[in-house]
Amino acid sequence: MSQIEKSKIEVVPSPPGIEGPGFFATRIDKAVGMARANSLWPLPFATSCCGIEFMATMASTYDLGRFGAERLSFSPRQADLLMVMGTIAKKMGPVLRQVYEQMAEPRWVLAMGACASSGGIFDTYSVLQGIDRIIPVDVYIPGCPPRPEQVLDGIMQIQKLVETESIRRRDTPEYKQMLAKYNIE
Amino acid sequence: MDQSLLSTVGDKLKTQFGAGIISSEMIADYPVFIVNRDIIEQVVKFLYHDETLAFQYLTTLAALHYPDNKGHELGVMYQLHNLQKNYRIRLKIFFSSNDPVVPTITSVFSGANWMERQEFDFFGIIFSGHPNLKRILNVDDMNYHPMRKEYPLEDGTREDKDDRMFGR
Repeated sequence: MSQIEKSKIEVVPSPPGIEGPGFFATRIDKAVGMARANSLWPLPFATSCCGIEFMATMASTYDLGRFGAERLSFSPRQADLLMVMGTIAKKMGPVLRQVYEQMAEPRWVLAMGACASSGGIFDTYSVLQGIDRIIPVDVYIPGCPPRPEQVLDGIMQIQKLVETESIRRRDTPEYKQMLAKYNIE
Repeated sequence: MDQSLLSTVGDKLKTQFGAGIISSEMIADYPVFIVNRDIIEQVVKFLYHDETLAFQYLTTLAALHYPDNKGHELGVMYQLHNLQKNYRIRLKIFFSSNDPVVPTITSVFSGANWMERQEFDFFGIIFSGHPNLKRILNVDDMNYHPMRKEYPLEDGTREDKDDRMFGR
């Protein structure tokens, strides 16, 4: 039997705290943040070629599972992270908005690729010029389409946000104000 | 064969409709007939039911916009096909953009229903007698017809297309 070298296994480091024989004390928001960041359930909203690139990101070579996000949720009610990948036509806008509204707090949004971020090459009457016109976005990934490495980088940025945010972001006045700007209850 | 098709169909149409047939000519290998807008439904019906012509398949239908062609800015083009003998012809009508009303041909071809809705959506051509004339591809609350040449292709709300950044 081959032995796996201990140094090759990477485990998420524990948050700063006080450790003693038989106990470990830390702040609840640090513990919750760590747990949330490493168990994201993404909802893939893939409409075009960025979706293909996302499939590569999920597959074994790049393997999003290494970041604790291998469980995709195809119901918005269970998802934490909405990944919008591809061109969103104006007719698709209300659908995307409804998906976002159905997600439970805490929720994050990642816009992958030029089209989701700004409309991309489709500067035309039928295409939404960036999803941030209808829903708030946390992280943008540039590229047309972005490489899986960039997607992983975007996911890590989201993880950083999730880890460091207060556990009840939804109660903050800034957050409420931002949702009110988008007319989202 | 195409030349003889032009004269066969042209002669039949001329005897039936007289001055309603404005012109007939070959464009590449396609016989093209320009007809009066008001009789388009009767022409299509005649071509469908005539035993020797039997144009019983509507390949496509498309709107045209030539803004410089004053008085006849808008048009509709119909491609008809005889599936038994593999004949095909093209019909065209032209009219002013101030009066974009065309008789529907859905009574002859049910398949024209969605095609005519598309041309209404993109060019604002009103097909009189159409059973359900509303937008089909664009968002329902769009307030213009985007394929008309007076409207820009671009969305017009982009903020990142700043020429100073791209050196255009």
